[in-house]
Order: sequence, then C-alpha cells, then structure tokens
Amino acid sequence: MGEFNKPTSESEFSKNFSQIKPLMNETEAYYESSRCLFCYDAPCQTACPTAIDIPLFIRQISSGNVTGSAETIYASNYFGNACGKVCPTEVLCEGACVYNEQNVKPIEIGRLQNFATRQAIDENKNLFKLGDPNGKKVAIIGAGPSGISCACELRTLGYAVDIFEAKDKPSGLTVHGVAPYKIENEEVLDEMEYLQNQFGYQVKYNSPVGGDDLRKIESDYDAVFVGIGLGNTSMLGLPGEDLQNCVGATELIEELRQNHHKTEIGKNVIVLGGGNTAMDAASESARMGAESVILSYRRGTEEMGAYEFEYDLAKGVGVRGLFNAQPIEILGNGKVEGVKFVKTEASGNQLKEVARSEFEIACDMVIKATGQIKQKEFLGQIEGVQMDGKGRIVIDESGRIGVTKYFAGGDAVNGGAEVVNAAAEGKGAASGIDKFLSE
Amino acid sequence: MPDISSNLAGIKSPNPFWLASAPPTNSGYQVMKAFDAGWGGAVWKTLGVPVVNVSSRYGGVNYRDSRLIGLNNIELITDRPLKDNLKEIEEVKKYFPDHAVIASLMVETREEWHQIVKDVQNAGSDGIELNFGCPHGMCERGMGSAVGQEPEVLKTIVGWVKEVSTIPVIVKLTPNISDIVEPARAAKQGNGDAISLINTIQSLVGVDIDNFVPYPIVDGKSTNGGYCGPAVKPIALNMVKNCAQNVDLPISGIGGIENWRDAVEYILLGATNVQVCTAVMHFGFGIIREMIPGLENYMKEKGFDTLDEMRGKALDNVKTWENLNLKYKVVADINEEKCIGCQLCYIACEDGAHQAIRLKGEGENRVPEIIDENCVGCNLCSIVCPVEECITMERRDDGTESVTWSQRTEANDVPTTFNDERAGGLGHWVPKPTDALKK
Repeated sequence: MGEFNKPTSESEFSKNFSQIKPLMNETEAYYESSRCLFCYDAPCQTACPTAIDIPLFIRQISSGNVTGSAETIYASNYFGNACGKVCPTEVLCEGACVYNEQNVKPIEIGRLQNFATRQAIDENKNLFKLGDPNGKKVAIIGAGPSGISCACELRTLGYAVDIFEAKDKPSGLTVHGVAPYKIENEEVLDEMEYLQNQFGYQVKYNSPVGGDDLRKIESDYDAVFVGIGLGNTSMLGLPGEDLQNCVGATELIEELRQNHHKTEIGKNVIVLGGGNTAMDAASESARMGAESVILSYRRGTEEMGAYEFEYDLAKGVGVRGLFNAQPIEILGNGKVEGVKFVKTEASGNQLKEVARSEFEIACDMVIKATGQIKQKEFLGQIEGVQMDGKGRIVIDESGRIGVTKYFAGGDAVNGGAEVVNAAAEGKGAASGIDKFLSE
Repeated sequence: MPDISSNLAGIKSPNPFWLASAPPTNSGYQVMKAFDAGWGGAVWKTLGVPVVNVSSRYGGVNYRDSRLIGLNNIELITDRPLKDNLKEIEEVKKYFPDHAVIASLMVETREEWHQIVKDVQNAGSDGIELNFGCPHGMCERGMGSAVGQEPEVLKTIVGWVKEVSTIPVIVKLTPNISDIVEPARAAKQGNGDAISLINTIQSLVGVDIDNFVPYPIVDGKSTNGGYCGPAVKPIALNMVKNCAQNVDLPISGIGGIENWRDAVEYILLGATNVQVCTAVMHFGFGIIREMIPGLENYMKEKGFDTLDEMRGKALDNVKTWENLNLKYKVVADINEEKCIGCQLCYIACEDGAHQAIRLKGEGENRVPEIIDENCVGCNLCSIVCPVEECITMERRDDGTESVTWSQRTEANDVPTTFNDERAGGLGHWVPKPTDALKK
C-alpha cells in the first residue's frame, strides 16, 4: 500500500480525495455533448430514476443553451447537480448508453449534467416558476434529498413549506454520507442554498422532532412528509464490538466529511461488509493513509451488494478483499487489536461456517459497514404507520402512509438507496400530497 | 510503385497535388516549404492590380466538435509588390525545376494582361491560371467572378492572354453561376488550355447573434465572402463532372480536398490533378504525407499504373436521372448483431421518410424492424445509423429487368395526369393522418 500518505492539511486531503468526476470545462463539455447520438426513446433516460430528458439536455449544451440544459435537468430532478456527481451513473444512465453496445466509451452524462447545473447555480439562474400561494402548509421532517425535493415541488404547486432538520446542514447523506471524492461539501451546500433561494421554503436546523413536536406539527400543518432516512450503524452482536476503534461506517464517513484530514483512521484497517458503503469506507481509509485495508465479506465476491465499479475503485487504491470470512469476535484489550474470523462456504442458499477454520487478522481499526438501523422509535409515534418486515415504511402509490396525512420517501421507505432515488420519491410524494389536499 | 506524376495540358509535376492560389501560396517562402514537404505544384497567390486588404478576413463553419468544415474569406489578391513576387517565383523555380509553379493572374485591360503574362513567363512560371472566380471585392471592380459569370467576356480575356502566352493557360471558374458548362465552353472557345474549378462560393458563414453582424467582422460590419473547405466538395464534384462530360479540356479539381480519398474521387470524375487550400490553412503542408502514400496504395490495390488510367473512371456511371433503372429495388436490412439500439433509423424513417421501420414490443430488444413492403429503398436509415455496415441495402429485384424513364417515355408509358395509375406512389402504404395523434 502506501499509495497515499496520511493527509495532514486541507490541501493534502483534497489531493488524496481528488474528485473522480471533476467539473468539465466548456471545451470538454462541447466535445462530449457533440458525441451524443440523440437516441430515440433513449435508454439513458429510461435508466434514470428521475427520468431526466438526457438527450435533450445534452443537445442543449451542444447548441450553447446551457441555461436551458439546466432547466431541463431541474425539471426532473432537484438534486441535478449533486446527482451528476454522486449517482452511480455507471449502472444507470451511462450504463444504459448505447455506445456500450459498440464498445465505445459511453457519454459522460453525469459530468455533463454537473457542468450545466453548476453554471445555473453559480449564476443563480431563475429557472423555476413558483405556484400561486394556496394557503396550505406542509411540514417536512428531514432535509435530505427526498425532503428537499418534496419541498421544491410543493413550492411550485403553491404550498408553504417548513422543513425540520435534526442536523445543522441540509441534503442528508449527500453532505454527510457520500464519499468525499465524489462530491465536496461546498458543492453540495451551494446547490442547497440555490434551491432554497429559488424556492423560498423554510428550514429549521438542529431541530430533531420528538413525540410532542410531532403532535404540534400534525395540528399546525395540512400534511407532513417524512424523509428521515436511516439511523446509525446496526450492532452485529459480536464480542468486543464496544472496543475503542470499532466504529460504524456511516458515523465514520460523516466525521470524515466534516473533519477531513483531522479524522483519525487506523494504520491497519478491516472493513466488514460488502455493500457500497463498505467500498466507500475502505477506499476512504486507504486515501487517509492507512497502510493496509482489508475488506472482508462473509460471502463470495459475486454476491457483494456493491456495484462492480465501486469495488474496482476500492481495489484501485490498494484495498484487498477477503471473502467467505465471517467475523466472530473483535479482539483487543480496550482498543481493537484484530478480528477473529471463521471461514464460510455456500451450501445451497445457506451460508455455512467451516468447522475449525477460525483465524485471526491483526488490525487497529474495525469499520462496520453492515447496514443501518431503521428509525422505528420515531416512526412508532405516527398513528397508523405500517412497517414491513425489514422495518421500512409502507406507503401507497402516491407516497401516503395509510390513511394518514403523512407521506414518506427516501431511505426510510426504500431501505437505503441512492440520492437520485430519494429525490425522485420526494418529488413524487409532493404530487401525492397535492392530490390529497386538493380532494 | 505506381507512377503518380501528373501532366495538366503540358504542365508537369511530380504528383497531382498542387496548392491552390490562396494564402498558402502568398510567398516564395511558403511555396518552397510546401515543395520541400512534398507538394507537386503551387498556384501562386493571384498577382494583379494593386489592392488593400482589411483586417479580420476569415470566417469558419464548425459542425459539432469538427472545426472548419467550411471556411470563408474576404481577402483579396496579393497585396505584395509584383516585383517581389516575380523574383520569388524565379528563385523557387531555380530550386525546384521539376515542380509546377503557376502564376495566378487578375488584371483589367488588354495591355495589363499582356504585360503581366510576359512578366510571369520571364520569371519562369510553368503555367498561368486566370482568376475568373473570386466572388468578393475584386468582382465589384469588374474582375474575378464578374468575368467568370459572363462567358463572352471570359472568352475575350482568354483570347488576350493567348495572344502573348507561350505557356499553358488554365481558366479558373466560379461556381456562382447556373450552368458551369457555359464558362467552361467559353474557355475552350477562347483557346484556353485547361480549366480549374471550383473557386469559392459566395457566402455568409454565420451571424454573431449577440451583435447582429455576420462573420468575419470588420469594425462592426461584414460582407459576403468566398466559401470553401470540406463542405463544398459535393458541389465541386458535380461541377467537375459536368465539365468533364461536356467540355474537352483538362481539369484541375478544387474544392474541399484534404486527403487522398478526396483526390481519388476528383480524378475518377475526370480531374487530371487537384488543388488544395483550406486543409493546408487548417493543418499545414504536412498533410501531403498522408495524401501521397494514400493515393499510391489505392492505385496499387486497384492496379492503376498511372493517373491517366484512373482518370474519369466514374464518369460513365453518372447518368441523367431519366436513364436510371426503375426496376432496381433495394430494401434496408438491419444486422441485429451490430445494432446498438439507438433507434435513430426508426425515428428518421418514421418522421423523415416512409414509416417503414417499427419498434419491437415492450420487453423485447431495441433492434428496430424493417417493414419490407413499406421500404422504398431510400437509404436514409443506413445513412443515419452510427454503426458501420449495420444497416445495409439489399437488392430485391433479380437484376434481369431494366426500364428507364426515357425508355418509358419512348414507349409512351409514363404517367401524364395527376391521378395516373402509372405514377410511382400508387399502392404505397401511408398511415392515416389521425394516427399521428395516437403516438
């Protein structure tokens, strides 16, 4: 390893976490937009959870109508800029680009999208038409991608919107949970500021909503949208899990996003998990100067939930995979000193531990990327709420929770997906709310 | 190796690639540099009456990310002193006795013509080219295209030149005329030895839409220029063909030539050699490194030993429309393996042609299907398809029958009334107009 030195300053941090999708300059955007074929019934658009008219916005860039391009993007996705950078485009729009069928590099749709929206944000372009005030108020709990998207759409329909956010910044995981090499904090917050300027909704930060608050909100507002996301990393129930330096990936990434180079990362790190968060945590540890990063997953490589390109990114910075290894104990004395694993093997659909195959690997940090808890306690306070077996909120087609005045979207509903999914769900729920309140 | 030496009406050059009379031949320095790089001949920047040039002289046309598919200019003939040019012609001929140096000329009176012809002959020129083509600036003074557009005047001036010339005279024709054959015939009648075509096309290349002025801009104003570059090649090829089929004079082909393939096309349509300008203004003299071996390889593969053997090979295959076989029938065929699913062929045919392509149903692949009975064999789908050899036009008639419009006319078998059943469109399927509203 040793590809990255431990960053000791903001500039060294930026270097280690340089943007994998940097902003295009005008020439690059012109060349790239020129390559687009303007497919009929374009697969990229179909692949986009927010159904952005991608061929159109690219054609607008190519003809020099960048403002119109941003308008096209935002008409479908209020997180247009953030999604251009953080979307797994490799498996969505760019993965669907017909050029792939020809073994030609697909159009860099994400970066083009970022190029167009960035310009609109920087110039504070007025692209939106707010609805005439209809006298109705909607409360939104959580200023994440679903909540903000819902707020923007509701404003175009004439609703007054107040957002209650437990933390001190908007955008949820976009600013707290996405790997720093995908997007920088300032860029996320610039778009949030732009949207708030354009749409004029209110956000109350540092305002976690408790039981009594909820009752009050319920009586003060005509409808409530719940976009609370997920909670902390769930406990694995392993001995030694409470040792110092055994941390949750979500919490660690959040700290990294805020404290940058000042975040403490071990020299020898073991990441537990096979999802995209695990890949992020592993890549980030490496970029923070860890000498060795092992990514351990209890099943085989192919069974990992992470996108292939995310695993490639991790491998690219020196992360080593350890497969079919189930952690059974975090070792250490006060501090983490290693992990005890047992080998596993597939037996039909079941995963079976291999007898007498225990082994230990020394390390000084364990990062658990094994899922986040659902916010059941909060949700239990909503009368009439239903959750499925995985603790996800059950909603109807319009985004509504049962027969309540509550609507929901984002990770709390889908169990944990991309920013773009939450943005689509929040926007969709706004239509549902409008229909509900217009009845 | 094939012999690529060229002989245009007695003017010999080691290869058929000449520089056209234009900025690249403005000085002895440039011509020497070009000959050194491998060019076979050069037509000197037009010598003649004294002129003053403006600053800001060229306007370019880009297509998407391709620069300079067209170029226009409002530069006049040489503004350097005649004596300097004559001295440099002499010097170039001393260093390159086997290369062709042609003096392009443009003056007004018979006396002036006589004098300047003698001057350039004394300087050692191998030939003379009469600039009867320039469509800007000079024509307003009664020269350039003003001459080329008046066959009688053209014939008279060619006559004046021939009174004193001892070297071959090439007459350069303007395309800014209805029928190029007329001035070509006049050149023949005036005893010209060859023709060269085309000169530039009168043009405005674009408008500065912020300031409401076409390009190029001279202190807030503009004027029409002469258009050249790859975009004019199809127009030039047709004019070269018309002259080759109708006038017995050797032709020097000009217009959008930038590689060996372009040159071959000109020669196959009857040109003896070719002249190049825009491509050199874009890429420099070095493009000759691609042109010569390209031509040689082509000749080797086709078994041509000399340029004379290939000259005009395509001429017999260019007929008037009425002599094309009406029984010939092709139908598009999509190669499923190669198709990338952009569906451009579908929408091109659907909206721009004959509704002869349909999409498959939902859940099936994106390869469109040709509706054989609707396909008129227009080629459009194969032209818009971005994949080489994916859509091919397959012959469907058995090749045994041939009937042309002129044969049908002779046989009194042509449609004569508006609803004549002998017309072509009878039985062609078209959708109902209101079907469009269901899409």
